[in-house]
Amino acid sequence: MYELSASLALAGDLIAAGDARLAGIVLLSLKVSLGATLVSCVLGMPLGALLAVGRFAGRRSLIVLFNGLMGLPPVVVGLLVYLLLSRAGPLGQFGLLFTPTAMVVAQIVLITPIIAALTRQVIEDEWREFREQLRSLGASRVRAARTLLWNGRFSLTTSALAGFGRAIAEVGAVMIVGGNIDGVTRVMTTTIALETSKGDLPLALALGAILIGVVLAINALAYAFRQWAERRWG
Amino acid sequence: MGGKAVGLMGHWLELQELALTENEVRIVRDVNLKVSRGSTAILGPNGAGKSTLLRLMHGLLRPSAGRVVWPQALAQAMVFQRPVMLRATALANIEYGLRLRGHPATEQRQRALAALARVGLPELAHRQARRCSGGEQQRIALARAWALEPQVLFLDEPTASLDPASSREVERIIREIAAAGTRIVMTTHNLGQARRLAEEVIYLDGGRVLEQTAAGDFFAQPQTLAARDFIREEVG
Ligand SMILES: Nc1ncnc2c1ncn2[C@@H]1O[C@H](COP(=O)(O)OP(=O)(O)O)[C@@H](O)[C@H]1O
Ligand SMILES: [Mg+2]
Repeated sequence: MYELSASLALAGDLIAAGDARLAGIVLLSLKVSLGATLVSCVLGMPLGALLAVGRFAGRRSLIVLFNGLMGLPPVVVGLLVYLLLSRAGPLGQFGLLFTPTAMVVAQIVLITPIIAALTRQVIEDEWREFREQLRSLGASRVRAARTLLWNGRFSLTTSALAGFGRAIAEVGAVMIVGGNIDGVTRVMTTTIALETSKGDLPLALALGAILIGVVLAINALAYAFRQWAERRWG
Repeated sequence: MGGKAVGLMGHWLELQELALTENEVRIVRDVNLKVSRGSTAILGPNGAGKSTLLRLMHGLLRPSAGRVVWPQALAQAMVFQRPVMLRATALANIEYGLRLRGHPATEQRQRALAALARVGLPELAHRQARRCSGGEQQRIALARAWALEPQVLFLDEPTASLDPASSREVERIIREIAAAGTRIVMTTHNLGQARRLAEEVIYLDGGRVLEQTAAGDFFAQPQTLAARDFIREEVG
């Protein structure tokens, strides 16, 4: 018990002092996961919208596939991306393994299915409401998908957040493809895992607190944004 | 009202042996008719198949049997029972329809503003459409359809959920659209509305067309018992 409270106090000191090493780790975490979320939205949202309004062979199988991929184990994603990027792998020539870019790639693979599947649900609801009106106005399905993505923009913030939340909280994928190299690829989750196993609890606790804080803050912001948007746009 | 020229040119829409069966339920069946008037009301009790017939005509539903024949291609638009507005301003909602039909941007703006003025809501141009009242939204929907300058306008129960003042305004707009030469086909279970707006009545019951008569004749002397009962009940 004494150890825990002492560790908590030290963690508080680290955060209060704006410890440079701590700040670097937090910043890298945010960069990697926000970058991955951005790319995954660009890929996953149009894909989800097309799955919602489209009518093409294999649509149902794709929906089932993406729903299944939502639960991909991060370590497996890490392993696959590792094989892809390792020197002998098909993308080995780019030398990306054990760089932040590799971590972004792994997280993109991890969360694009999540964002696509959640987007599909949002756009399917929109499609139910707008389908006849859009068809009557002469919108093609691709056009309808575009229109409904924009129309559902506020609900879609939730899909993006779910992806971000998953990315910033996972350990397995970034650990494997990043290598947890001090000062280069060490992020909040991998540091917590490492420091805890070494018995350095203050740093792990400080990072844990910040991680929870970041996730809560971003969700609160998104909630406030949606409330405001719904009042404004109806 | 409306289609003086239209009436003389023979029919502009024909339904042949039209039927729609959904899950073994025959929602519309054995429909054979020609529409040649400038304004037609599809009348009938709830569940008669009026909305379904309108959607078949407009091409939103594919018939399970029979055909919808357009002797010449006519530009169509439809206003639905519940207005469906995008999360955008009233003006942007109207412009959206014009953009889909390939009108250039400056023309979109002019036409959309003109359409809003014609439905009596110029002051709503920059208001969020979904924040407007039900009556206002229905008029914005009419403006959105009108801006497209359709040759045929389908209206599904255009005043079903509106208060009397909004209903009068919507009827005025429909009358003006028809007066400008657009053919009107509307469903309603409001006899007064059919009497005020339609040249011709199609009476539908149980998915079948029981009568197609000039409006005056229909109200004076309905040919079928069902229609007679319907009129008696509605008049009360
Ligand atoms: N997709 C559907 N599947 C099964 N039944 C339907 C479907 N759509 C409409 N119906 C039924 O068909 C009948 C006619 O519906 P509708 O055209 O909406 O009638 P109206 O507009 O005259 O009130 C109703 O009994 C309705 O419940
Ligand atoms: Mg109806």
